[in-house]
Amino acid sequence: MVPQRHEPIRIGYYICHCGVNIASQVDVETVARSVAALPNVATARTYKYMCSDPGQEMIHQDIQDHRLNRVVVAACSPLLHERTFRSAVEKAGLNPYYFQMVNVREHDAWVHTDRAAATRKAVALSRAAVQRVALQRPLEVKKVPIHPAVLIVGGGIAGIHAALTLANAGKQVYLVEREPTVGGHMAKFDKTFPTLDCAACVLAPKMAAVGAHPNIHLWTYSEVVKVDGYVGNYKVMVRRKPRYVLEDLCTGCQECIEACIYREPKFRDEFNLGLGKRKPIYIPFPQAIPAVVTIDPGTCIELKTGRCKRTCIEACGDRRAIDLKQQEDLKEITVGTIIMATGFKTFDPARTPYYGYGTYPNVYTALEMERLLNAAGPTSGEVVLRNGRKPQRVAIVHCVGSRDETTNRWCSRVCCLYSLKLAHLIHERTAAEITNFYIDVRTPGKSMEEFYNRVAEEGVDLIRGKVADVYPDPADGADGRLIVQAEDTLMNRIMKVPVDLVVLSVGLEPHAEAENLRRMFNLSCSAEGWFLERHPKLAPVNTFTDGIFLAGCCQGPKDIPDSVAQAGAAAAEAFSLIDKGHIEQEPNTAFILEAECSGCKSCLPLCPYTAISFLPEKKKSYINEALCKGCGTCVASCPSGSIVQNLFEDGQLFTEVEGLLAETTADA
Amino acid sequence: MVDSNLPIPGAAAWTPRIVAFFCNWCTYTAADLAGVSRLKYADNVRIIRLMCSGRVDPQLILTALAHGADGVLIGGCHPGDCHYVEGNHKMLRRFRLLQRLLADLGIEEERVRLEWISAAEGEKVRRVVNEMVAAVTRLGPLGLPRRRLEWDRELQHLEAEAEMPPRAGAEPVAPAREEVFHA
Repeated sequence: MVPQRHEPIRIGYYICHCGVNIASQVDVETVARSVAALPNVATARTYKYMCSDPGQEMIHQDIQDHRLNRVVVAACSPLLHERTFRSAVEKAGLNPYYFQMVNVREHDAWVHTDRAAATRKAVALSRAAVQRVALQRPLEVKKVPIHPAVLIVGGGIAGIHAALTLANAGKQVYLVEREPTVGGHMAKFDKTFPTLDCAACVLAPKMAAVGAHPNIHLWTYSEVVKVDGYVGNYKVMVRRKPRYVLEDLCTGCQECIEACIYREPKFRDEFNLGLGKRKPIYIPFPQAIPAVVTIDPGTCIELKTGRCKRTCIEACGDRRAIDLKQQEDLKEITVGTIIMATGFKTFDPARTPYYGYGTYPNVYTALEMERLLNAAGPTSGEVVLRNGRKPQRVAIVHCVGSRDETTNRWCSRVCCLYSLKLAHLIHERTAAEITNFYIDVRTPGKSMEEFYNRVAEEGVDLIRGKVADVYPDPADGADGRLIVQAEDTLMNRIMKVPVDLVVLSVGLEPHAEAENLRRMFNLSCSAEGWFLERHPKLAPVNTFTDGIFLAGCCQGPKDIPDSVAQAGAAAAEAFSLIDKGHIEQEPNTAFILEAECSGCKSCLPLCPYTAISFLPEKKKSYINEALCKGCGTCVASCPSGSIVQNLFEDGQLFTEVEGLLAETTADA
Repeated sequence: MVDSNLPIPGAAAWTPRIVAFFCNWCTYTAADLAGVSRLKYADNVRIIRLMCSGRVDPQLILTALAHGADGVLIGGCHPGDCHYVEGNHKMLRRFRLLQRLLADLGIEEERVRLEWISAAEGEKVRRVVNEMVAAVTRLGPLGLPRRRLEWDRELQHLEAEAEMPPRAGAEPVAPAREEVFHA
């Protein structure tokens, strides 16, 4: 069924009802009739769902029956189903690039209200495609080999899970983590909802597995600084910050920490969010992976002044693991695919000063409370006030930095459930009276509603009302007692609840570095700043950059089960690319018509991929199609019109423009 | 903001026709997002998908105008976000040059607009299209196809005059401008 060179062009045109999505706003029968009257159109039909099997079968059958050699489908966005129809056309024996798609759903039916105008627009768009498709040429998909290694950015639970999945399948994984240890936010938690199993019990074995896996290159205390290349062949520069300790030699015995010239921990402990202290030489928490110490150059006397007794080196002895002359190490790696698992940051309640965070010492964020509850935390799991006493009454304020016009409009999804968890845990440890102030309690997901009921039945007070103010109790201010003022919107009364401790259930926000990472990896972000998935349902872990996938909270707030599930999905997507061994690339590359090229060289500096070179002996430019990414910038700039972009040839585009406007030319 | 359903005062029959060139990665996707979000905007715009705004040849813009478009909208990724590193910058440079040429041709600046619209900015697609339709509606029809016929007649007249004396002195009419429109 390969059309012969001089065979007349016979176009099959199909417009999709998409149920009622298109048909309700566009008169598809009228469009089909108008298109049927255009030159070269052999058949023009409508169908309820073109993307369904019967729809595709219809194209197949018509190609046989009507000897079609071009196909146009007017339906949804080509970003959604172009591939579907191309392969349908290919199955029927036509070259898949003898196909053009018309977007009459996202760009027409869904955005216009005037049915007649939307129908006219559909006709114009279809006419443009019908005229264009006649000029399209058969093209071959390019196959490029893929490098089998994978880079995973971020070593939280999502990154860890994706790394283990791929490594267990025998793939080489580079896991890059900014902090001295993997574990991410989950490592800070005490228990996890809804099962109340201990976070460390779930996470620590996976962390250890990541540290020990022969296929995983674990680079902690490291950052990606540069990304070049494209799917199958990314060149990534990773900066390994000096930790002044040789990871291979350190056994994690921590004798050096004991021996540090600072007898007592003196400096802000980042892992405990400043609730505890550490020494200049430290390990973030006992189960840290890799189980090696790190020296902070900002506080170490030797690194700052060179005048320390170096008791740590003495304690390390023959192991010689401490190297105070260590320099940062720039590593360049080649990987075929990348998984972003860079996580989130919690909302900074300094932006909501009426809750008193930073002003009143007994106002904590939920994450700080997690550290207080954690047996490995600064208080060994004791929930105590800053003065050391146990709280008797506790308020938990939901939706701090979520569902709020003045801060973040989105629901952070996890706060209701972790607030209930914290209520349960604080009550368990202190027997305090707990009051939760909520806007709505949202507990979707497996076993979540049951967990909510369980905690409610335990006697936790749930007040439907947004907290307006937190201020010192005028009667008992010296003792640090606070008043939480809120309107109980179910009882229609103003409440002033005296409490000892306030927990702010802070929402989730895009990571502070998300914008930099987005630029470095050439990703898109949603308006809120979360990394944007290619399609929320059809490609939820893919990005618009081929070969880069998303896992965990960098894509949006989600709980641990969802992060892990998404990490598994991202790993599977990366795996399916790698295992195929090659990548199929759109043949939309450019080439030079040598006879026309004047050798002016104006295209040479335009190409960001240095795909264009100059052949001095011929005095012509030459495009290396293996390097060309198909943007078409050189094509648009060539003064002699001697560069052609496959799929976007000048002639095709001019015809498309004329087709769009044909009716006006007639009117004018 | 223009609601395309409302009659436009003084131009009941005429509504502007806008051709848009959107890059595949940002602005075309943003227009898809506008669709998925069911944002309503003026139905005068017809979108052509290109891989990059850097592919927008000025001749495409001129062809659109020559064939009856009253305005042309070009949409690309925000500076620094181009899927192809810097194709949008190349477009910006070309666009600035083209604006000077358009001014010489007597085509108002508002008729050709370049906008950076990211994949997340469906709302911006709606705003920009509606603003552009409102602006071009105020300007009225461009009517280049009709004007071109007039120019052709003028040219024929001049040619006829030039042919009156023997052909020796007659300069051949440079087809440069014509080429631009018919390319």
